[in-house]
Order: sequence, then structure tokens, then C-alpha cells
Amino acid sequence: MKYVDEYRDPAAARVAVRRITELAEGGRDGAGAPYAFMEVCGGHTHTIYRHGIEQLLPETVELIHGPGCPVCVIPMGRVDDAISLAEQPGVIFTSFGDMMRVPGSTSSLLEAKARGADVRMVYSPLDALKIAVKNPDRRVIFFAVGFETTAPSTAVTLLRAREAGIMNFSVFSNHVTIVPPLKAILDSPDLRLDGFLGPGHVSTVVGNRPYDFVSQKYGKPLVTAGFEPLDILQSVVMLLQQFADGRCEVENQYNRVVRDEGNPIAMAILAKVFTLRPHFEWRGLGFIAQSALALNEDFAAWDAERLFDMPGVRVADPKACQCGEVLKGVIKPWECKVFGTACTPETPIGTCMVSSEGACAAYYTFGRLHKTAASLAVAPA
Amino acid sequence: MRTEEPPPTADGRQELVLERIETFRRRRPRLTDKVVTLAHGAGGKSSAALVDAVFLEAFRNEALESLGDGALLTLPSGEQLAFSTDSYVVRPRRFPGGSIGHLAVNGTVNDLAMCGARPTWLSAAFVIEEGFSVEELTAIVADMAEAAAAADVTIVTGDTKVVDTGAADGLYINTAGVGVVPAGRRLAADRVIPGDAVLVSGTLADHGVAVMLARGDLDLEADVESDSAALGELVEILLAVAPGTRWLRDPTRGGVGTVCNELAAAAEVAVVLSESALPIRRPVGGACDMLGIDPLYVANEGKFVAVVPAEQAQAALAAMKAHPLGADAAIIGRIAAEPERIVLLETSFGGSRIVDMLVGDPLPRIC
Repeated sequence: MKYVDEYRDPAAARVAVRRITELAEGGRDGAGAPYAFMEVCGGHTHTIYRHGIEQLLPETVELIHGPGCPVCVIPMGRVDDAISLAEQPGVIFTSFGDMMRVPGSTSSLLEAKARGADVRMVYSPLDALKIAVKNPDRRVIFFAVGFETTAPSTAVTLLRAREAGIMNFSVFSNHVTIVPPLKAILDSPDLRLDGFLGPGHVSTVVGNRPYDFVSQKYGKPLVTAGFEPLDILQSVVMLLQQFADGRCEVENQYNRVVRDEGNPIAMAILAKVFTLRPHFEWRGLGFIAQSALALNEDFAAWDAERLFDMPGVRVADPKACQCGEVLKGVIKPWECKVFGTACTPETPIGTCMVSSEGACAAYYTFGRLHKTAASLAVAPA
Repeated sequence: MRTEEPPPTADGRQELVLERIETFRRRRPRLTDKVVTLAHGAGGKSSAALVDAVFLEAFRNEALESLGDGALLTLPSGEQLAFSTDSYVVRPRRFPGGSIGHLAVNGTVNDLAMCGARPTWLSAAFVIEEGFSVEELTAIVADMAEAAAAADVTIVTGDTKVVDTGAADGLYINTAGVGVVPAGRRLAADRVIPGDAVLVSGTLADHGVAVMLARGDLDLEADVESDSAALGELVEILLAVAPGTRWLRDPTRGGVGTVCNELAAAAEVAVVLSESALPIRRPVGGACDMLGIDPLYVANEGKFVAVVPAEQAQAALAAMKAHPLGADAAIIGRIAAEPERIVLLETSFGGSRIVDMLVGDPLPRIC
């Protein structure tokens, strides 16, 4: 664990914050308007909250929480499908823990479990496969969510299921890919972002090259960032340094893990099992072409979408919900019409309120106290 | 709610939205669910909503409304009794460092001790599923006898029910306990004032992590034992050297984060914790990190959080550290006046964050 401690050193943090304050002085326009950087990954958002990084940053740097929380971007209709699968007779429905509370149009998996559905939390798809082996008379479905980070483990599990001929196991694939939503955000005419902290975990698989278009075509810098608090600060320094130098590039802060070419073995396994869907709906962002993975023909026998009847009804995001604009940094959470009234962490309407790390949920909980927290933290004990 | 025109400035509008949220947050959470889910048992917001809407509504009385670990009752003679009950449904029933039997005794003993009482008598009721092994039952009951002897309490009454196969998860145990509160002793949130020190009697999250690992569905091995223990003796040691002790609570379900939130709300103060001061064993911290679970919300079964006047804190710490159950005790924070009803954590990294009430069970994250 010493390895991790190095990336949590408060003295190094102070140095980085000083550098950020210097580099960001005057803001993006010299008149104090803050640089707006989006951290793409939910893991980054988690680190930022957990270590109180927002309170460390000067007012000239603002972090916008991006669409990279795989749990939050699953549209309500797919959650409804998952619940209907879970409620079919003889089914054991397995899911990652944080997917269990995400609301569909009428309830969540946790509530389905309370109504009697056999919903079990697993930590990896291989655990779901083990459950299938142990329960040969039941049909075990794995609710696969996540970016290119978790997709390889789903793929490996499917390869193993085929090898061992385990036919009572299937996968409900909701895997998504990182580049299309980035494009969608960048294509938005009202975009107000100066740069990106690129997704670290995803990049271990896909590498750094797929992001070249961000700097080349859209003229925004991107720094692939690690998940420890110093990684985040250092990545912000690197972004600001690019502005100071007049550069606009894709850089890699997380080079202890991420290689430019990614992980070719994992990519090959993905190609063996999955095929791109023509389009997929993202909660808050709408339909995005070629942004998700379905099982290919070879794995039809393990594809829950082909094996089971599901409602497959598209449930529109509520009209009043402005998650899309929040995600793009166009409006602040509190500017949304339903924020704090119809939409609260207990009764979330949009994706940004669903996970405790969503931009709106975080603002709801922490908004007023930002400044207070900052001033108290530096007061002597 | 006022319906006047929003102020023209953005800051003014933001202020209005924040004010509205603030008012809402001050209310106790409301029960909106139609069925009971596991979240209602997790000790967070949902639990509070269920207790308020269903139990408090029906039973309302002064002793209950304090919602402490136990009820404080005054006898005609003027003596004070503490009375508490708890049910135990842990799976697996045996885990490194203890069993459901140890928990059933220690849990209730600790609830009494947190009221400042000297735990004395316990009841024990068993709901047993048909087919349950007598050998296992005997072993669990032996654990209870052992724990009762260690805590110096007597199990004086009991009950047994057997239900059909499938109607219970093997074995459920309920215990209730009674203890006498020595004259002049009063531990309560309303005594807590800004400047007080916050102590914890030992390392965090051992029990919760031990049980999670013992369930075996985590291909993860670490040398972690439950901290299940009776705290009566340690509480007496603390109160002897720090007679000004204001408030005690055992951070079981929901962990230290939840009890600090309850304290902040009840005493209308801020609880400011220091992350670097939190005693957490390496394997426990590592397992939590890996699972994406915050150790502040993980259950403990042999620890308490104490609020002590600042000038008695060092003596309290030294005395606790001298006892085996308090060897890892630490001063983990302080009480501040502002921001009211909030738990703040100064992170080791130099930032700060708010430790909110959990909405449901802590669920492992995937990203």
C-alpha cells in the first residue's frame, strides 16, 4: 500500500496547488473567468470528492463532472428491462452493487429484490458464472454495464462459459464505449469546456490514441489522468501548462499504467465477443451512434436480449430534466428547473442526481458548504 | 414558500435554491416507499424515515422519542434504569473474531453502556428454522454464555420459537437488556458544545469488513477479525478519568459517519473529523479501498465514539489506551459551532469534504 500513499502526500499536493494557482491566474480570459475542465470518468469524480480536491483548487479552475459514470448513463428503459428479466420465473439476476439502486421508470433492482425477485450482487461477471454452475436448474443473467474497463471481463467470462458449455448463463449487455459520448459533448453548440481529464481506466484498454481527435479536430487539450488525488492535481497542472505554452495536445499523466497503444490482448478479446450497436441511448445525452456493445452472433446462445422477452420500451428522460446541459457544462445544477424540488437524491429524476457522485447530487449535498468547508479545513485544530 | 420575483443576480437565485434545499434537509426524511427494502435496515436516511413514519407515529412517548441506543426510565425510588433491545440476523453466523452469539450479547450490553448504565440483566429469544443443527445451536449458545460472563451480565429470561423451513434464515436472536444508571450520570447530545473533543475507542470498520470477507463472495483474503466485544468496563474507565464526558454512541450499522451525523443533528453542531487521525488497520483500509466502500460507514461491534470536554481529552485517551479494548483509541476530531448539523472530514490530502448520512446500504462501486 506504500505505492498508493505516495500519490496521497499532502506536501506534494500543496506544491501542485501552488503551481495550479500560478498557472491559472487571471482565469481563461484574464478577467477571472474560470478554466472549465471536465473529468470524464466517474472514478475521477469519486477521488475529487473523497479527498476534497475542489476545496483545494483556486476559483480560476472549475471541474465539471462528465458522463463517465457507467451506472448513471444507463437509460431508464434498460433498467426496466433488467427488472423484468429479474422478475421472470427461475431467473437469478446478478448485478454490480451500485447498479442496484438506480431507478427505472417505476422501481429499482433493489425494490424488485424486496418484491421477491432473486437479485444478487456480484463483484465480477466470473462470480455470476460461478452462480450459474452452482445452480444448474436456474437461469443466471449477468447485468453487464461499464465502459471498455469492465467489458473485457465480461468477454472473458463469455469465452469461459462457451468453453465449459455452461448454457444456463447469459449476459444482458449494456456496455458502452467512451469516444462517442466525448464526441457528442464536443459537438454540442453550447459547449463551455476548456479541456478534459481523460479516462484512466478505460485508456488502459483502448490506449491514448483514440482521443487524438479531441485536440486535433476540436482544439481542446486532454490529459489522461490516474485516480489518486495527486494524479488529478498533476493532470490539471499539465492542462494549464498546455495553455501557458500555447499547446493543445493529448497527453498521458497516467503513464505508469496507460500505454499509447492500450492493451491489444484485451481489445482482441472484445472484438471476439462484441459487436457495435448502431445506436444506444444515454441517459441525459440521448441517442448516440455506435456507442455501445452487443454480443455478436457467435454468442447468441448467451445473449439475454435474444433469449428473453423484455418490454424494450424507451422511457424518455423527463422533459424538465436538464442533465444534458449540466453534463456539457452549459448550466450549473442549481439552474435546472427541477433541481432541489422534483429532483432530489431520494427521488432522482435525471442521471446527475442518480449517483451520489453525479454533479447534481454532489451540489445538492455540498453546495452551500463549499466555502465553509474550505475555510474550516485550514483552521487550526 | 415565498413566490416573489427571484433576485436579478445569479448569486441571488443560487442563494434561493440553496436556502430551499437547506430547509428541506433539516426536515427528518419522509417515508415514500410502498414496501420495505434492505435500505430501511441499513441505519441511514431510509431507516430514520421508516422509524419516524411507522414506529414513532404509533408508539410516541418521551422515552422513545430521544431515539437513543436505549430508553432511560426513572423508578419511583428515583433510580434510573436503561432498557434496550436488538435483534441479530448476521450471515454468516460465524466469522473470524466471533459469532452471532457474541454479537447478540455484546450488542445489547453496549447499547446499555452507551446510555451510561451498568449492564446487568439480559433476555434472549430465539427464532429457529426447522432443520437447524442442534450442534450449531449449542455452540452459539455457548458463545453467548461466554460473552455474558465476560461482560458480567446474567441472561435471566428467554423464549424459543421454531418456524417452517424457509421461513427464517437459520437462526435469529433477539436480546433485551436492563442496567442501572449510577446517580448523577447523564450522557446526552444536548450536553455537547463547540470545542469538545471527539474520540473513538479503537480501529474502524473491522467487524463489517470481517463479515464481508467471511461471506466468501469476494475472492479476497485478508487477516481481518471482527471487533465484537463488550464495552461496559472501558466506558467505566473513561467516565472515571473524564467525568465530564458528554455523549457516547457505539457505531454499529452505518459506522462512525452515521453516528456523527446523528450527533451533529441532535446537538445542532458541526462534527469536524480528521482523516489522518482515524485509526484503520491496513488490511481493512485496503479492502475498503478495493471495494470502493468508505470505512466511515462500515459497522463496528466493539467500539464507541465519545465526546469529551477538550481539557479531559488527553486523560481520557491515555486511560483508554491502557485497556486492551482501547489500545488503538484516538482523538479523531472536534466539535465546532458551524456549519450546524454537518459532519466535515479534513482529508489527509489537505482538502475537506462533507460526510453525509448514507441513503441506503453502502454498495460497492464499479468505477
